[in-house]
Amino acid sequence: MTPRSTITLNLTDVYSKRRTITLFGLSGALVLLLFVVDLFTGSVSITASQIWNALTGGDCPEATARIIIDIRLVKALVALLAGAALSVSGLQMQTLFRNPLAGPYVLGISSGASLGVALFIMGAPALGMSAIMSSVGIAGAAWIGAAAVLVIIAAASRRIKDIMVILILGMMFSSGISAVVQIIQYLSRESALKAYVIWTMGSLGDVTTWQLYILIPAIIAGLVLAIATIKPLNLLLLGEEYAVTMGLNVRRSRNLIFLSTTLLAGTITAFCGPIGFIGLAMPHVTRMIFRDSDHRILIPATALTGAAIMLICDIVSKQYTLPVNSVTSMLGIPVVIWVVLSNANAFSKR
Amino acid sequence: MRNIDNNILQLRDFSAFYGSRIILDRVDASFGRGMSTALIGRNGTGKSTLLRAMAGLNKNYTGTVSVDGRDIKDIRGDRMARLVSFVTTERTRVSNLMCRDVVALGRAPYTNWIGHMQPADMDIVEESLHRVGMGDYATRTMDTMSDGECQRIMIARALAQDTPVMMLDEPTSFLDLPNRYELARLLSRLAHDADKCIIYSTHELDIATRMCDSIALIDNQKLIHLPAEEMNRAGHIKRLFNLDDILCP
Repeated sequence: MTPRSTITLNLTDVYSKRRTITLFGLSGALVLLLFVVDLFTGSVSITASQIWNALTGGDCPEATARIIIDIRLVKALVALLAGAALSVSGLQMQTLFRNPLAGPYVLGISSGASLGVALFIMGAPALGMSAIMSSVGIAGAAWIGAAAVLVIIAAASRRIKDIMVILILGMMFSSGISAVVQIIQYLSRESALKAYVIWTMGSLGDVTTWQLYILIPAIIAGLVLAIATIKPLNLLLLGEEYAVTMGLNVRRSRNLIFLSTTLLAGTITAFCGPIGFIGLAMPHVTRMIFRDSDHRILIPATALTGAAIMLICDIVSKQYTLPVNSVTSMLGIPVVIWVVLSNANAFSKR
Repeated sequence: MRNIDNNILQLRDFSAFYGSRIILDRVDASFGRGMSTALIGRNGTGKSTLLRAMAGLNKNYTGTVSVDGRDIKDIRGDRMARLVSFVTTERTRVSNLMCRDVVALGRAPYTNWIGHMQPADMDIVEESLHRVGMGDYATRTMDTMSDGECQRIMIARALAQDTPVMMLDEPTSFLDLPNRYELARLLSRLAHDADKCIIYSTHELDIATRMCDSIALIDNQKLIHLPAEEMNRAGHIKRLFNLDDILCP
């Protein structure tokens, strides 16, 4: 090696490190900015000083303070967590299955959750549950459904070596569950059907302040586990066989990843409904922006970009009073198409 | 001939299966350090199956495979990764991943829970890249490189793993003729200079007989392992590959 190439190498290093740090700074600032904008957005216009006072416990009309803290702040936090959680879990699934079209729901987490919700909505009136109980019940039922799917997939993956078989099983399994859900829908009464359909449209606003006390620890636990999956995910980039020869305990790593994804995607789905496209699109966007495949960078970066995009979706959905799922799809689909096309360009240019 | 008593990898009473079909029947063999060995045999005789069993990827066998005197069934995965490295036939191209990052993954058995690289690890990565002649490719991404270059990077990754035993499954396929010889020479040099036990399967009889120290031949569920010259003299290769029939029918 000539001294000159050492210098170029080091310059490239310094350049790419600086670039990464700058990008982290920018996306962090963007998330913060969007979070503040999200607090300002809503049907009632509230001034900056009122928001400040409400948050710091200063002088502010009681009704306004309630809007800020109980509605807007909670919703913005939910959007932030949902975006981060879904994107990180999508990234995990894409790397684990080595499939660019994998997302948080590829294992059937959303189908499991919807089965739980469908059964609950059908069964709750029969059990004589009140309306207040039902929002908690829906979340609980969805979470149980998602966790049940995880247990089945994890049990299957103990016996099945080939990760592709697990992917296919997951997809077939969720199609099967969807069929069952359809039968339930067909048999349900109109009011129950409507409640179910509204749940599938997704909503960031149904989370109450005290539910946040469940949501936040669950998502934090999922993210901490996600950090523990960084090294396994990096090794899995080369495929499971290589990962094994480099000393990875594949079974344990798979379970860790499944558990993390269920905590992240399962919890968000339970409280907000199945939110589409964010988990599929944002890992791709992040890889393109950061030009990296190292999960030490990608996991935090995807969490940030995911949070940013979800806040944007929330702002848009509040502005035009649309269900959040339609906004994520309308924003997410062009992003996926753009990623696919620009990758295709990159290939043809070579 | 190099010292053959220096055996690091041993097969004892080893039978391997592909599904329920028996591929190797009660074989004994040993492989020493500082030697490159070509594993040859007709298609479907079980070269990959044998390599994968010895690398701990395939457990469908009876008898024992021992590395450094210990049965590999008793060696934990992370420990095994410090004894045996493996390069598969899979062409791995991860976009956005620099060659150096790929080679750095080879340090996984030595790094902490998040894969933090110490300066010593970085040095080994650079050295591995230079050993395979890819020192200038450290910051290139894998999706912009040729098959031969990618193969070298995967070998550098195995080198960075710093194992006494290295196995490669058909490393010369997909390469053009000069590259095949270049690669075989590289593997022999690594075996001699770094005192490694390098075993690779190949269909290139010429490479096997000319470039390797010893040849292991799978024939009719048996494994014949001889130094390269002896293998030539013994006429096994000629018999098995029926060269006369093909060339002058």
